[in-house]
Amino acid sequence: MTQASPIARVPRNSALDLAEMSLREVNQLLHDNSVGDFLIRNPRGAHALACGLDGDLNVTIDGHVGYYCAGMNKRAHVTVNGNAGTGLAENMMSGFVHVKGDASQSAGATGCGGLLVIDGNASARCGIALRGLDIVVKGSVGHMSAFMAQAGTIVVLGDAGDALGDSLYEAKLFVRGAVKSLGADCVQKAVRDEHKAALRKLLDAAGVGGDVDVAEFRRYGSARQLYHFHVDNAGQY
Amino acid sequence: MSADDHRSATPPRASATFDEYAIAEIHRAAATGIYDIRGFGAKRKLPHFDDLLFLGASISRYPLEGYRERCGTDVTLGSRYAKKPITLQIPITIAGMSFGSLSAPAKEALGRGASIAGTSTTTGDGGMTEEERLHSKTLVYQVLPSRYGMEPDQLRKADAIEVVVGQGAKPGGGGMLLGQKISKRVAEMRTLPEGIDQRSPCRHPDWTGPDDLEIKINELREITDWEKPIYVKVGAARPYYDTALAVKSGADVVVLDGMQGGTAATQEVFIEHVGIPTLAAIRPAVQALIDLDMHRKVQLIVSGGIRNGADVAKALALGADAVSIGTAALIALGDNDPRYEAEYRKLGTTAGSYDDWHEGRDPAGITTQDPELTKRLDPVAAGRRLANYLAVLTLEAQTIARACGKSHLHNLEPEDLVALTVESAAMAQVPLAGTSWIPGK
Repeated sequence: MTQASPIARVPRNSALDLAEMSLREVNQLLHDNSVGDFLIRNPRGAHALACGLDGDLNVTIDGHVGYYCAGMNKRAHVTVNGNAGTGLAENMMSGFVHVKGDASQSAGATGCGGLLVIDGNASARCGIALRGLDIVVKGSVGHMSAFMAQAGTIVVLGDAGDALGDSLYEAKLFVRGAVKSLGADCVQKAVRDEHKAALRKLLDAAGVGGDVDVAEFRRYGSARQLYHFHVDNAGQY
Repeated sequence: MSADDHRSATPPRASATFDEYAIAEIHRAAATGIYDIRGFGAKRKLPHFDDLLFLGASISRYPLEGYRERCGTDVTLGSRYAKKPITLQIPITIAGMSFGSLSAPAKEALGRGASIAGTSTTTGDGGMTEEERLHSKTLVYQVLPSRYGMEPDQLRKADAIEVVVGQGAKPGGGGMLLGQKISKRVAEMRTLPEGIDQRSPCRHPDWTGPDDLEIKINELREITDWEKPIYVKVGAARPYYDTALAVKSGADVVVLDGMQGGTAATQEVFIEHVGIPTLAAIRPAVQALIDLDMHRKVQLIVSGGIRNGADVAKALALGADAVSIGTAALIALGDNDPRYEAEYRKLGTTAGSYDDWHEGRDPAGITTQDPELTKRLDPVAAGRRLANYLAVLTLEAQTIARACGKSHLHNLEPEDLVALTVESAAMAQVPLAGTSWIPGK
């Protein structure tokens, strides 16, 4: 049974226009509401838009956003009909963030929970220091993605750049395309049935479950050789 | 042996270059193949506040009566942008130290002591513990490069936010918490496997440079509805430019930590050879604030080697709005207490020199996660000791300020000071004692 994708949830009943309201007014309004559907127009690359949300909110942003969109999100569903700047959904705790375009560097950085879906590509350091958030990138990710990632899962339908998973802790990485190089202590691992099941669940949640064969993915994880500092490993750091 | 033979015998001569520490370190390095890691701050002799003196009042200045006339000590932090700036009763705060590097009773004791004294404590890597929030009336929440334990709810529970760019013991360096201290609770708070050697990165994961920092600070303000003061902490290296850039980035408060500032665990070579002394850092930072017309508008907190009320008064006289203490606060709790001398000896050290805080075997129960050792620290009694110590620092600073004719600690000024050495005169930009000469002026 496939999991219903949260992408289907796009009702809206309040329009907020950043051409007429300040960023502060928009964010304050979103903070003051624990439920509701909001459409934000004219974001024009605004930074820190819809950050710090904590409620059963559906927020749709029509246009491109700047840094830290949906930063530290809790529970809310945020959809960006455009591209996103640096630090998209950084330190996200729960909920769902969906960017229909590309995302700049450090997407999902230190994220703790929930699901982040990027329809396009994500730049360098996607999922850096990840702590439990699941990320699905339908395009490719840049260099140093999953650097020091501690927990959570990153699924890349395209390719991964240099040094994927450098100094990785316990996060799980799945890549369908080519990996330019692996970072220190990151190794390819066998894909078992439990991994396929988890992968399928995430692809379903990202709305591409029916289009993608989980058998095409390779799994990467930590070799756990750098968990205890030893002088013989000094060259690895 | 004749008398002539005795006179011709040459006594053993130790090298000033290859002294006993240098030789011992070469032997240790050769035996282990790894650099030395320790806690504490720089231990080498450095130009410091001891090299400055207050002039006191005489005919040209009126002193204040020590037991009758008021000398204010309060300080307000965050008045630039925060809707809710914080006011402390004394200008001495407790520096950021993590639960993990410190035991839970030690963190509780810091909160208790600071709250009695009317000042703030600061979290550290790993986030905020419930005990810490409960016992700290005013709590500053650190946003560190690692973001271990970072949660928006904790951000909202804090009274102020401190973006940590660096610290004086290791400007440009990250952190390390060895496996002995990664207990189950510490591991859970940091989302890490229990018992591993935890590395903290030196750079933030989602911003690089001052332009990004400005946007990051803006995000933190938006998340907390512009209520909280936002500090930026830097290790003293290029204090003029770092202070100016912190101000440009939108900081309410700049925290400047000199190389004597402590660390839980860093390479000895880093602690002793990177960064500049606190004394050398203050004036350039104050000058940056003056040049930007931000002195007293963006507050400056100075830390690194504050031990007594004279140090507090000197830092304030040089232009700081407040000071912060870390190492001294731990000592007040009971760190390096001679009553544990026998146990320090077993660890190969002595009370007063113990700095292997990273090993988690602290006999005083402060820098450890060992359940038996942590029981030794009574957080109520230790908190009282810290409160007493903070009271003494304040009284000593007031004593000096009154002698200089000042009705508030913030009225102390560089003109109240002279230097004992050419080096300290140059660094503090005050005259060499008995002269009107300031090197470079």
